[in-house]
Amino acid sequence: MGKLKSVAELESLRAQVLAAPDRPVVRVCLGPGCLAQGADKVSRAFKAAIQERNILADVQPLIKETGCHGFCSQGTLVNLYPSDLFYVQVKPADVPEIVDQTLREGKVVERLLYADNGARYRSAAEVPFYKLQHKVILKNVGLIDPLDIEDALKAGAYRSLVKALTQKTTDQIIDTVTIAGLRGRGGGGFPTGFKWRKVVENARENPGPVFIVANGDEGDPGAFMDRAIMEGDPHAVLEGMAIGARAMGAEQGYLYVRAEYPFAVRTLNIAIEQARALGLLGQDILGTGFNFDVQINRGAGAFVCGEETALLASIEGRVGEPVTRPPYPVEQGLWDRPTVINNVETWANVPHIIDHGAQWYAGVGVPHSTGTKIFSLVGKVKNSGLVEVPMGITLGAIVEEIGGGVPGKERFKAVQTGGPSGGIIPYEFKELPPEDLKLDKVGLQPRGFMPMELKNLPVDFDSLAQAGSIMGSGGMIVMDDRDCVVDVARYFLRFLEEESCGKCLPCRLGLKGMQEFLNNFSQGKGAPADIDALASLGMALVDGSLCGLGRTAPNPVLTSIRYFRDEYLAHIVDHKCPAGVCRDLITYRIDADICNGCTLCAKNCPQACIAGANKEPHTIDQDACIRCGVCMDVCPVDAVVVA
Amino acid sequence: MSSSENSATDVINFFIDGQPVAAEPGWTILETARHHHIHIPTLCSHPAVTPWGSCRLCVVETRYGKRVQVIPSCLNPPVAELEVFTQSERVKNVRRWVLEMLLAECPASREIKKLAAAHGVTATRFAITDPEEECLRCGLCVAVCNEVVGVQALTFGSRGVKKVLETPYRVPNNACIGCGCCVSVCPTGALQKRLDTVRGDLSRRTGHGFAH
Ligand SMILES: Cc1cc2nc3c(=O)[nH]c(=O)nc-3n(C[C@H](O)[C@H](O)[C@H](O)COP(=O)(O)O)c2cc1C
Ligand code: SF4
Ligand code: SF4
Ligand code: SF4
Ligand code: FES
Ligand code: FES
Repeated sequence: MGKLKSVAELESLRAQVLAAPDRPVVRVCLGPGCLAQGADKVSRAFKAAIQERNILADVQPLIKETGCHGFCSQGTLVNLYPSDLFYVQVKPADVPEIVDQTLREGKVVERLLYADNGARYRSAAEVPFYKLQHKVILKNVGLIDPLDIEDALKAGAYRSLVKALTQKTTDQIIDTVTIAGLRGRGGGGFPTGFKWRKVVENARENPGPVFIVANGDEGDPGAFMDRAIMEGDPHAVLEGMAIGARAMGAEQGYLYVRAEYPFAVRTLNIAIEQARALGLLGQDILGTGFNFDVQINRGAGAFVCGEETALLASIEGRVGEPVTRPPYPVEQGLWDRPTVINNVETWANVPHIIDHGAQWYAGVGVPHSTGTKIFSLVGKVKNSGLVEVPMGITLGAIVEEIGGGVPGKERFKAVQTGGPSGGIIPYEFKELPPEDLKLDKVGLQPRGFMPMELKNLPVDFDSLAQAGSIMGSGGMIVMDDRDCVVDVARYFLRFLEEESCGKCLPCRLGLKGMQEFLNNFSQGKGAPADIDALASLGMALVDGSLCGLGRTAPNPVLTSIRYFRDEYLAHIVDHKCPAGVCRDLITYRIDADICNGCTLCAKNCPQACIAGANKEPHTIDQDACIRCGVCMDVCPVDAVVVA
Repeated sequence: MSSSENSATDVINFFIDGQPVAAEPGWTILETARHHHIHIPTLCSHPAVTPWGSCRLCVVETRYGKRVQVIPSCLNPPVAELEVFTQSERVKNVRRWVLEMLLAECPASREIKKLAAAHGVTATRFAITDPEEECLRCGLCVAVCNEVVGVQALTFGSRGVKKVLETPYRVPNNACIGCGCCVSVCPTGALQKRLDTVRGDLSRRTGHGFAH
């Protein structure tokens, strides 16, 4: 197929694709979670089984390798069309049965259906995990074959670009994005339309090229929203960028993809090649005179390169270190020209806004946070994976209804939103002593702080900020009573210390210094006054650091001090870790009433410090115990307790 | 913030610690303060090189309408009517912590001790890794060598907490012309001790180059 020279040619190609005869489709998730479970082998098993049974002629099944379906904790996921059956935890060995039973006979393989609380679900749409979700950005992720542009066209790709090219002026595009209320999904929540408008104004004052950049650096541990989009629906990103380029008069776009995402790079490269071949990127797109092309830049492998000024430096071939703003990228970005940098998910929103209109988009979510947001829900929840929800949904709905609650017998304790530099906020309202709410104390907290029952906290930019956290890029880590906030805060600081570029002193020295405090606490050392000292050191980073990394890094510490001061005090004053995590402060003990003397713990203890006769209660020699917790893990009757 | 009300030649009138001050166009807040004999501590700013903003000792609190910020004065130009505070609690908090951490980072530096003491910081709670260390990685030497001398005999190696001052590829370096500019801008004297390890001298080449 050659280049499409007009909109009519594109639409006739689309019509042709849509008119192709309907075939049964097996959609195998090849997203990161399922791949880790061997999804590629499942897919190969399907192809082999189909060949072996020689059913291509009569059943004509199409095996589609797709992006993430979201419900990663149940991988490998397989969806079938037209039966709409939804199989979970599929292993290569299950494949022949699916082919024989379902594809050939149309029968359901009951044991592969998702079951929860005694109910079995035939299709994904019925599963509670999916039910409350509102998929806009992820709608095609998991549905289409990301390596086949025709499949994307079938699902409506580049329809919005046509609309932007033929029915809207550049001003109207920016107005639509502005009225829709789109805010950046990369962390800051900056109004996208405003940013675009600034670039246009700056380019008018100072004529010359402008550039647009998609930020796909996604460095938060455990986050993979952007990866899912880039790998599952690459054309959505390209189309969004093309629409933005049209609006701002950019001819060159850069897609900065995290170094650890080779699969995303490959997918995007193929998508770009296919779009170029059809003339949807390049010169004189669809005969409209609009020129735009995209280049992929591989990330430099550092978290801080996701920060916009560092990212631009990295694209220009300089060291990926942040520089002071102003000037902002919209004033002087790439090669000192006005540049818009938006997150990958932000770009992927754009085609939907143009397609359905600003009013529709603004109607999803809540007034100052419109549209949907993708979260990566992980930690102590039963259902983990990617969830897309309308902004303003309550945290309780995400965690309990979509997430399905805590898996074990523990209680929800807190949720960390926004990745390593987000806040740890308690799940249930904690009575705070009035002196903690005094201004001088609150002054050490994120401004605008307001305690509330977190379960009912609407998940939107402003409410999260008020609770002392951030939306960030959409990480959501659920914690239960077995998670220690001192330890969690320490973990994130360690991560950020590794990732700090080291340019400015508050961040380079402060991340290390804050850990010294926390290390002491975790060993039961320190005085209560040190908690306040740590908080004020945190504020020195917030106020003093050069870029967002240092400025937000203290968030986990500041919020956990705010909401869980009692837990800090337990470490320092009582020398206890209530969650039973900090090794220097805990002891493992065997409850003689529960122990049935199975000897498993004694056999597994690496220190061989558990004694006891067969069928008699066992005891642990505290002096030799290294508190590894193995005994607790292996005990079949939960007789090992930690205190 | 926009300064379009001021044409390019107008002075900018604003306030530092309540005192009305005037800045020539192009001045930073720091330059204006110095001109008016208002003291703001600095370590990484030097008139010879582009401001880099690493030490953050020069932070000030600014109020412009409802917008309150803590920003480095060496990097930011004033706008008309801006209120600048050089001694606010937030400013002092940043300074004191940076200085206390520097006492542990550069324990051998007399300059740092003096500066810290001048701000009431005489002891540090933080662990000292190298009692001989004086270099705070402020970057002045790297900048002067590159921007003023026009060679690149000095650079930073590694990243984050491991950041060290070294010669490129960590071998003594023939690019160094021995001008001593780096020594003269160094705020702590750290470079004094190291200068002879920078210059290329094959007989001394160790393979480890300019160790920190
Ligand atoms: C340390 C640091 C890391 C960041 N990492 C990312 C990232 O991985 N992806 C991203 O889109 N934005 C990241 N950002 C935010 C970007 O600087 C920038 O605000 C964003 O790309 C703007 O896009 P948006 O307006 O669409 O959100 C990071 C910021 C900081 C301070
Ligand atoms: S805050 Fe941290 S990451 Fe940002 S410039 Fe300073 S040292 Fe580098
Ligand atoms: S595994 Fe449990 S029951 Fe068995 S000896 Fe250990 S504590 Fe007792
Ligand atoms: S040697 Fe001196 S000038 Fe160079 S970075 Fe270290 S302290 Fe700064
Ligand atoms: S990777 Fe398969 S569902 Fe997420
Ligand atoms: S003097 Fe301004 S940051 Fe060092």
